[in-house]
Amino acid sequence: MSLDNIPDTPHSVGGTNGDDNGADHWLVRPDTIRKLWIAFITTLILLVLADLFVEHHPHFGIDGTFGFGAWYGFASCVVLVLGAKALGFFLKRPDTYYDN
Amino acid sequence: MTTSLIIPPAMVLILAGLTLPLFARLGLRSVVLVVAPLVTLWQVLTLTDGIHLAGAFLGQELILLKMDPLSRVFASVFSIMAFAGGLFALHQKSTLELSAAYLYAGSAIGVALAGDLITMFVFWEVMAIGSTIVVLSAGKSALGSGLRYAAIHMLGGVLLMAGVAGEIASTGSVTFDAMDLSTVPRMLIFAGFLVNVGAPPLSAWLADAYPEASWSGMVFLSAFTTKTAVYVLIRGFPGTEILIPIGLFMVFYGIVYAILENDMRRILAYSIVNQVGFMVTGIGIGTEMALNGATAHAFTHIIYKALLLMSAGSVLLMTGKRKCTDLGGLFRTMPLTCAFGIVGALAISSFPWTSGFISKSMISDAAGSEHLAIVWFLLAAASAGVFLHAGIKFPWFVFFQKDSGLRPPEPPLNMLVAMGIMAAFCIGLGIYPKPLYDMLPYPVDYVPYTGAHVVYQLQLLLFSGLAFFLLLGLLKRTMTITLDVDWFWRRPGKAIARFLDRFGVYTWEWLADAIVKGATKAHDALYRNYGPQGIFGRTWPTGTMAFWTTVTLGAVVILSYL
Repeated sequence: MSLDNIPDTPHSVGGTNGDDNGADHWLVRPDTIRKLWIAFITTLILLVLADLFVEHHPHFGIDGTFGFGAWYGFASCVVLVLGAKALGFFLKRPDTYYDN
Repeated sequence: MTTSLIIPPAMVLILAGLTLPLFARLGLRSVVLVVAPLVTLWQVLTLTDGIHLAGAFLGQELILLKMDPLSRVFASVFSIMAFAGGLFALHQKSTLELSAAYLYAGSAIGVALAGDLITMFVFWEVMAIGSTIVVLSAGKSALGSGLRYAAIHMLGGVLLMAGVAGEIASTGSVTFDAMDLSTVPRMLIFAGFLVNVGAPPLSAWLADAYPEASWSGMVFLSAFTTKTAVYVLIRGFPGTEILIPIGLFMVFYGIVYAILENDMRRILAYSIVNQVGFMVTGIGIGTEMALNGATAHAFTHIIYKALLLMSAGSVLLMTGKRKCTDLGGLFRTMPLTCAFGIVGALAISSFPWTSGFISKSMISDAAGSEHLAIVWFLLAAASAGVFLHAGIKFPWFVFFQKDSGLRPPEPPLNMLVAMGIMAAFCIGLGIYPKPLYDMLPYPVDYVPYTGAHVVYQLQLLLFSGLAFFLLLGLLKRTMTITLDVDWFWRRPGKAIARFLDRFGVYTWEWLADAIVKGATKAHDALYRNYGPQGIFGRTWPTGTMAFWTTVTLGAVVILSYL
């Protein structure tokens, strides 16, 4: 019933791995991805610059400094991913581990 | 108030659940599934504050139905959840699952409206039964997880019951109100609550059991157990400081395990623990703003988590696949499911203009206002981590990533409508939070949308996004699981059980063997003496008889003279 709403159903079941000569969805074309990256980086730069135009009410001081959210968010994620990888090194098992 | 005429809202859903098989026979299953939660919601929203139903039991005055602002928030979001979940699950083949789900939802409302410890405990246990059946009705594959789930919740129930009994014995009162951890019974009650909230050390039950439920079952499961536990903690233990480290542990445990996980619904299960961790931290902080934040976050969380699991459930139903390594590129043929999933993902990440932003930031700001620097900085890092592990990871690996070659169609219309309703809540409350703020237990003096706050949150999230894409190589999914504390009862525990089993069998066999051998020996001895060839079985000569008679008579004579 809802199939009528789908704007783009180019393939039936069993597509290819994205290298069918530009016939794939526009969203996954290298050109689009490059544009998305440019838009994303521009947004990031503008967001950091926006710190100059808002009035901060920091609780502790450092949280009101220029670009705090940006570097703190980025650094937190790097630490979390590396920490998770380190833990995974010891605790990862094949997903058939509990299947006798 | 004509208390005698009131049907408790919990009973509407419980009765709907219990009679559902009957209505299914009459072809009215869908009607009951949609109408019962709406009736419940209407009841919850129209009940005035105060005690509406009480009765005596075992010499105690029980308050079966009591309404106040805190109860109303939880009971109404549980009703909304039952409605959306029921609508989403209209095509679920297993009536048993839906029957159990409504029993489960109804008893969650029962807990939220219970005015005393005994009523709370009874509904608490019915919830455990209902939820276990929801897990088990997914079929054979869920049997192990379902039994482990039941075992953990029985343990929680035992702790709670011991605590409630002790509390009544020591204070003589069944009142359920704010307590401290000054006595052993209260510690037991607290421990029982912590089991259900997904706190360490038993938190693994959640990610073990929920993802084994059916495509619709997990939508229900995500909402009630952990959030009723949040409710009872807000009611019973606000400002209990130990909850702060417990909550922070849950927050980071959820993120780290979700980062390593490959199963899309297990990612979301770990992120339930993560989100509930924010609420538990808020309850531990215990100020009015923090408790408001925890309450509001429970409300918004139930809705966006259900939305995420509906999106994942649709993918599971339409593809039969649940691992990120098997999925990817589904945005092509499931654009609506993808869009709804992204709305849920943005809301869980507290993106500005979504419901998560207006609730979670109250908890962080409460930590800031109390000058709890470590808590504040850890919660900020965790907010970034939420975007990483759920906000981007879930939509990216399921709907984008690579082209898996799968071209599933969108799910049926009722599922899309259910997702649409939840997505509307996520965005609606994000843009206009006043209706939710007005429901909260304490007056809200909080403005979420300031320039600084929006810019800070967007920086935090979008730079987390940057980190995600730069570290994508490290985040690549592998066909692995990550060992959790459930290892202890699934491996050594199992080995011990097997050993005891074998030990028992050996002991029994040895015992049985010894008895048989002993009996045989006794029989042989008797046979040797009394058998046809035995000394007592022989025909004795008369002389021997005369001799022994003489000896006996002589002995009698001698003895009589002594």
